[in-house]
Amino acid sequence: MQVFRKIGLGISAMLVSFSAFADYSWNFPTPATPMALDTLHVHNKFMLISMAIFVSVLAIMIYSIFAHRKSKGFKAVADKAPSTTVEIFWTLIPFVILLLIDFVIMGIPAYHSVIMMENTREKADMLIKITGSQWRWQYEYLDGDAKGVKFVSNLSTPKEQTDKGFEGKKDEHYLLEVDNRLVLPVGKKVRILMTSTDVLHNWWVPQFGSSRVAVPGFLRETWVQVEKEGTYRGQCKELCGKGHGYMPIVVDAVPEAEYKTWVATKKDELAKASAGADKEWTKEDLVANGKGVYEKNCAVCHQVTGAGLPPAFPALTGSKIATSPIFGADGKYLKDSHLDRVLNGKNVMPSWKALLNDTEIASVITYERNALGNSVGDILQPSQVKAARQ
Amino acid sequence: MSTTTVAHHDDHAEHPTGIMRWLTTTNHKDIGTMYLTFSLIMFFVGGAMILGIRAELFKPGLQLMNPEFFNQLIGVHALIMIFAALMPAATGFANWMIPLQIGAPDMALPRLNNWGFWLLPPSAILLTLPFTLALFGIGDGALATGWTFYPPLSVQGGIGVDFAIFAVHLLGISSVLGSINVIVTVFNMRAPGMTLMKMPMFVWGWLITAFLLIATIPVLAGAVTMLLTDRHFGTHFFDAAGGGDPIMFQHLFWFFGHPEVYILLLPVWGFIPQILETFSRKPMYGYKAQVYSLWAIGALAVVVWAHHFFTAGMPVPALLYFMYSTMAISLPLAVLFFCWIKTMWRGSMSFETPMLFAVGWIILFGIGGLTGLVLADVAADAQYHNSYFVVAHFHYTLFAGGIMGIMAGTYYWLPKMTGHMYSEKLGKLHFWLTAISFNMTFIPQFFLGLAGMPRRIPDYALQFAEFNMISSIAAFTLGLSQLLFVYNIVSCARGGKKATDKVWDGAQGLEWTLPSPPPYHSFTEQPVIK
Repeated sequence: MQVFRKIGLGISAMLVSFSAFADYSWNFPTPATPMALDTLHVHNKFMLISMAIFVSVLAIMIYSIFAHRKSKGFKAVADKAPSTTVEIFWTLIPFVILLLIDFVIMGIPAYHSVIMMENTREKADMLIKITGSQWRWQYEYLDGDAKGVKFVSNLSTPKEQTDKGFEGKKDEHYLLEVDNRLVLPVGKKVRILMTSTDVLHNWWVPQFGSSRVAVPGFLRETWVQVEKEGTYRGQCKELCGKGHGYMPIVVDAVPEAEYKTWVATKKDELAKASAGADKEWTKEDLVANGKGVYEKNCAVCHQVTGAGLPPAFPALTGSKIATSPIFGADGKYLKDSHLDRVLNGKNVMPSWKALLNDTEIASVITYERNALGNSVGDILQPSQVKAARQ
Repeated sequence: MSTTTVAHHDDHAEHPTGIMRWLTTTNHKDIGTMYLTFSLIMFFVGGAMILGIRAELFKPGLQLMNPEFFNQLIGVHALIMIFAALMPAATGFANWMIPLQIGAPDMALPRLNNWGFWLLPPSAILLTLPFTLALFGIGDGALATGWTFYPPLSVQGGIGVDFAIFAVHLLGISSVLGSINVIVTVFNMRAPGMTLMKMPMFVWGWLITAFLLIATIPVLAGAVTMLLTDRHFGTHFFDAAGGGDPIMFQHLFWFFGHPEVYILLLPVWGFIPQILETFSRKPMYGYKAQVYSLWAIGALAVVVWAHHFFTAGMPVPALLYFMYSTMAISLPLAVLFFCWIKTMWRGSMSFETPMLFAVGWIILFGIGGLTGLVLADVAADAQYHNSYFVVAHFHYTLFAGGIMGIMAGTYYWLPKMTGHMYSEKLGKLHFWLTAISFNMTFIPQFFLGLAGMPRRIPDYALQFAEFNMISSIAAFTLGLSQLLFVYNIVSCARGGKKATDKVWDGAQGLEWTLPSPPPYHSFTEQPVIK
């Protein structure tokens, strides 16, 4: 008994020390949308019902365990089978209780939650499309002022922190920070279309209460209506390969005015980038720009040095694709050339057509051919990439 | 003179000795022992894998392995625990106990029985071989998609996926063979007077499991074969670009996968009431109600599959149907829980190790069942799905409900099988260590899931650190405690206090009328049930 008392004391001491952690949570995080609020209510209610069932059944059993013991000299009741009628009556009691809980007490609120959750179209104020790719999210605004705004959102935790064996101090939002955040206006019902370019992903922000799988080749939909300003963080929650733990979601919910300013800036950036695609670049500029693109998008598989992780992820240093000519005699890019592979992908290699713009593709290809131990010497201009897209 | 010859024949049946005895045996007890031993070994293989995972998750950051290897460990851990530890354990008990419980001399199809077992070691090798091959630079390791094989990730994967597909084929064949054997045995070889409604509950549980296996394993085999042809022969079953649908695979997989949960649990729901009646010293309550409930669960099992992927998106009527049908499983389960507790009520209970495990099992499986009830709610499932909440939930059903149930059965029947008593002291210690460290491992995971930690991630944000650390420490305690289990089994097999024929004073059923251990060939003369 002494041992149990000690264990009990140990456990309670641990529980007390936990409450010292400020961001420690025992339940869903604070809901930010009507859907999450509803989910929290439903969850709390169901948990209470479950607890009530559990405690009352347990109490009966524990009473029996202590009262009806052989060691206390309790004799088993007369050894005769109950008559069928009595048996049916008794076993119907738990059946009916659960019937009531399942289909009335729990079933009715659950019905309303489902209807609310699936009501994506009614009174939607705006429409966005979220595309999952290994291992990043792409956001595109499909209507209103922001129509045409489109960007990719990558994990921005410094690579050395996520590397194996890193022992130093980690960022406050380690693994939950991105370079480009999704920005949404507060109070607007946003209908979300969801798809994927490669494998299944699942876009999940716990405080929004919505979670939907992104299926390649299909559109799925959900909606969010963020009621409170703030920054919300989430993660992909469908196993999608080695980078599954590294594709976070960060959403900024901002007031309407601030959202409008953000849209204007974003449009400006896009215009500049598309202008950049038409000008003639020098090799040095392309290589310099390409280094950043490479380390953000390619290094996770092909490694910063270009050595790759064979056999799944081949080396780029000395690779046939990265050193053989891109264009044929007719000026069209060759099948299985460097540009073909980056634009269209093959097997595990994703297609970057929709993820990177012309300048980024031109830069990263030029970088890969003239750095990482390669020195092919040629240049790929953004205008050539633009032409190759058609 | 002639009587002594017969007795002699019973004691030392003619069979090869040494390794050939085990390779060629068609004896249900030998095959049962091999299944149980294999299951115990694979329990430790699968356990070692998950301890690797828990060590990696001990604190944020990557310390021990890269994400690719992490993904391989989680999927292979699950496949091994389900197909190579839990299912063979149940089949081992079926082999040992069904003939003894129904008064049959052996299983109906002994050679099939032998083949069913010997398919298992090759499939375990197929599952784990890619790890070794990768060390020699062949391929990129084992299946890295989780045990569910979801395409397109599994289409993209390396040779590990092909190995796992073939392993699943072999395991499936083995299970179907075992099931056919159980069905044929139960329908044809019951002792005179043992009507279906007089069969021990364990036999009922296994009979329904066998029907479920035969109904669902072919669907799984079909699904993974379609996956194989998608991978290598240019078909597009699961590729939208060719008119297929990745979600169709999930429907096919879970049409097998959900009944699989009950396949693993029905045998346990069979012998737990037998343990309860033994140690409560009064017959089980509501035999008929329990049998009907088992059938109801078996029937519901095959019509609720889509609750495993509510978030994949489906029409509202489908969401509602799968939600309400899933909730309906709680109805027969409530009846079962009621009967189990009513069996204990006003009995004369004593708490030997099997009873401790059985009572602990009721409580922990209850937690698994109740969290399953809330998981059925579509809206809340959007939050629970693929989070650690689900991980905790299914470990309450499969570790507590499955493996701890198997442990109860092991302690219950071990004296009968070996002829020796195990150490009650070590058994009780094993129970308390297992129950406490199991809860300390998985209760934190409920909170992790609620706080928003997705499953299957190799590294996590800082707010999840404390719970993960507790979970990891407890998981290692849980793993190490199982060494006591092995020690207890091995020392019991090698010697110890002689067990009586009846072993437990409240034991009921034909297996307890035989000597402990039972002779190599039992019931050469048919018993008659009044």
